[in-house]
Amino acid sequence: MANSLLQVSNLRTRFHTPEGTVYAVNGISFHVNGGETVAIVGESGCGKSVSMMSLLGLVPTPPGEIYSGTAIYRQSDLLKKTEAEMEDVRGREISMIFQDPMTSLNPVLTVGRQLTESLRVHLGMTQAEAERRAVELLEQVGIPDPARRLGDYPHQFSGGMRQRVMIAMALSCTPSLLIADEPTTALDVTIQAQIVELVAQLRAALHMAIIWITHDLGVVAGMADRVLVMYAGYIVEEADVQDLYDSPSHPYTLALLAALPRVDRRRDQRLKSIPGTPPNLLVEPHGCPFAPRCEFVIEKCRHENPTLIEVDKNHSSACWVNVKTGAPR
Amino acid sequence: MTAQTSSLPQLVDDLSTPPLSLSRLVWLRFRRHKMAVFGGILLILLVLYSFGGAFVYTEKYANFNDTSQRLLPPSLEHPFGTDSIGRDILARTIYGGQISLFIGLVAVLIETILGIIVGALAGYYGGWVDAILMRITEALLNIPTIFLLLVMAKFFGGKIPEIEFAGRSFSGSVVVIVVIIGITSWMYLARIVRAEFLSLKEREFILAARATGTSNIEIIFLHILPNTIAPIIVSSTLSVANAILAEAYISFLGLGVQEPTATWGNMLDKSAKYLDSAPWLWFFPGMLILLTTLGINFVGDGLRDALDPRSRTV
Repeated sequence: MANSLLQVSNLRTRFHTPEGTVYAVNGISFHVNGGETVAIVGESGCGKSVSMMSLLGLVPTPPGEIYSGTAIYRQSDLLKKTEAEMEDVRGREISMIFQDPMTSLNPVLTVGRQLTESLRVHLGMTQAEAERRAVELLEQVGIPDPARRLGDYPHQFSGGMRQRVMIAMALSCTPSLLIADEPTTALDVTIQAQIVELVAQLRAALHMAIIWITHDLGVVAGMADRVLVMYAGYIVEEADVQDLYDSPSHPYTLALLAALPRVDRRRDQRLKSIPGTPPNLLVEPHGCPFAPRCEFVIEKCRHENPTLIEVDKNHSSACWVNVKTGAPR
Repeated sequence: MTAQTSSLPQLVDDLSTPPLSLSRLVWLRFRRHKMAVFGGILLILLVLYSFGGAFVYTEKYANFNDTSQRLLPPSLEHPFGTDSIGRDILARTIYGGQISLFIGLVAVLIETILGIIVGALAGYYGGWVDAILMRITEALLNIPTIFLLLVMAKFFGGKIPEIEFAGRSFSGSVVVIVVIIGITSWMYLARIVRAEFLSLKEREFILAARATGTSNIEIIFLHILPNTIAPIIVSSTLSVANAILAEAYISFLGLGVQEPTATWGNMLDKSAKYLDSAPWLWFFPGMLILLTTLGINFVGDGLRDALDPRSRTV
C-alpha cells in the first residue's frame, strides 16, 4: 500500500441521542489509492454518509462522537486535526459533493460568488483571477455560456445544471480526493448518466481519487475500480469490481445482486427482496448484524461477529460461511 | 454537443424574459401596497422638511429666544407660533426633526448590529454560547424598557460635553440617548435572528459550504446572514419608529436631549404646562412624531409583505 492516499482504520462513529446511543459506524477500515475510484454501496442508513462525514470532520459533535479510529491522509491523521486545520483540507485536498443539488447551493448568493469563494480562500486568488477560473470550471463541467451564468442565482439552474455547478465547486482547487455522496440519486436517469460520465472524464483529466457513495449497483459497475459493501455500520465485503459481480462472497452482497431488476427476467417472476429489516442501530451490535436476515446463517453467526477474511486476492468478506459451498470457513 | 451548446443561450434568450432580481421583485410587490407607498412618500416629505428647512431658517434662529415674543399663537411671522421663551416653533421642529430622525436611525443601527451579533452567535454555535447569550437577552427583556432607559439616561447624562460636528454644536446628550436606546432594544431582533439561524444552519447548503472549507465566521456572515435579511429589514424599519418614540418619552420626562438642542421629544416636554393655553406648543412636534411613526409603520408593513419569501405574486 505504498501509494495509498487515504488509510482509514477502525473508524467508529456514534451518536448520543435522547433515545440512546446510535452505533452508526462500527470500526471500518479501508484504503484509497491515488487516482482510484472506490464505490461504497449499501442501503439507506448503513453508515455510508456518516463515515465520510466523519473523515471530513463534518459530523456535528455533540450529538456525534468519533469514538475511535485513524484516517491517515498524506502522513497525517485527519481525525486528530483541529477545526482550523480541517478547513484547509476541505475543498483544497478533499472535496465532497452531496446528494441533492436543489438544496446544496445557497439560494441567495450568485453561483459566481459561491464558486469564487473557495478559490479566494484556499488559493488566495484575486476576485478577477477567481472569476476567470470560475468561467473555466463551468466550461469544464459543460455549462453553456459560463461567463454570463456566473451572475445567476441557483434557482435559475435546473437540477442537473446545479449538480454540475456543485461538481465545479468541488473541483475548483483540484483536490486529490473527491467524495461523492450519492450525487446522482436526486437526478433523473438521463442526467444521471451524464453526471457519471462527466465525473469519469474529470477523474481522468485531474488524476484524482474518488469515493463514490451510492446504492445503485449499476453505476458502480460502470465506474468503480473497487467496491466496499456496507451493512449496519460494518464493511461486509471488499473486492475489485469485477470480482464482486463474478463471485460475491457475502450473503448480503449476494442478496443485493439478486434484488437487481433485470431486463431478461421472466415477467411472471417476482423481484427478489431481502426478508426482514436492517438492524436497529440503537442496540449495541452483537454477533453478525446480517444474521437475522441471512439464508446461510449458522449458530456461530449469532454470537460472534466475523471480521473481514481474505477469500481471494484483493477480495475479503466478513462471513463465517463460504457462500459457494454453504460450509463454515 | 458543441453545436447544441452554442445555440442554447440563444434559445434561452428567445424563450424567456430575464428573471427578476430580488430587489426588483421586492420593489414591484412594495409598489402594489398602497399604504406603504403613502408611508414612503410621507417619510420622504418629512426628511425634506427637516433637512430642506435648514436652508430657510438658520440654527441660530431656531435657538434665538426673545422673551417679549413668548407664547405667540401661529401668525405670518411665526407660522407655528413661539414657545415659552419666545423661540420660533417652526424653525425648532425643523432642527428637532434632524436630531429625532438621526437618533432613530443611528439607534437602530446600533440595535441591529448588536441584535445580529448576539442572535447569530447564539443560533449558530448553540450549546453554552446560546445558553449564556439568551439568558442575558431574557434578563434584559424582563426589565421594563422605560425604567432601563431612565436609569441609564440619569446615570450617563451630562457626563459628555458638547460636541462639534460639521460646524454645529450638539448637546452631548444626543450621543448618550442614541447609545442607550440602541443597547436597550436589540433583544427582540436577537431572538428573531437566532431563530432564523437555528433553522438555516441545518440546511444542506451550509454543510456544502463547510465541505468546501469555509470558516465559521464566513458561514455566519456571508452564507447565513444574507438569508435572514428580510426579517431583519422589517424589524429594523419598525424599530426606527420605536426609537423615535423612546427618545420622545425620555425627553418628555426631561432626561433626554438637553436644551438648546431641539428634538421633537424635548419640545413636548416644555409644552406640558400649556396644554390648554398654548396648544400649538405640543400640536406641531406631536403631529410630526405621529406622522413619522405612522409612515415608518406603513413602510414596514409593506416591506414585510414584499419580502415574504412565500409570497409568489408580483
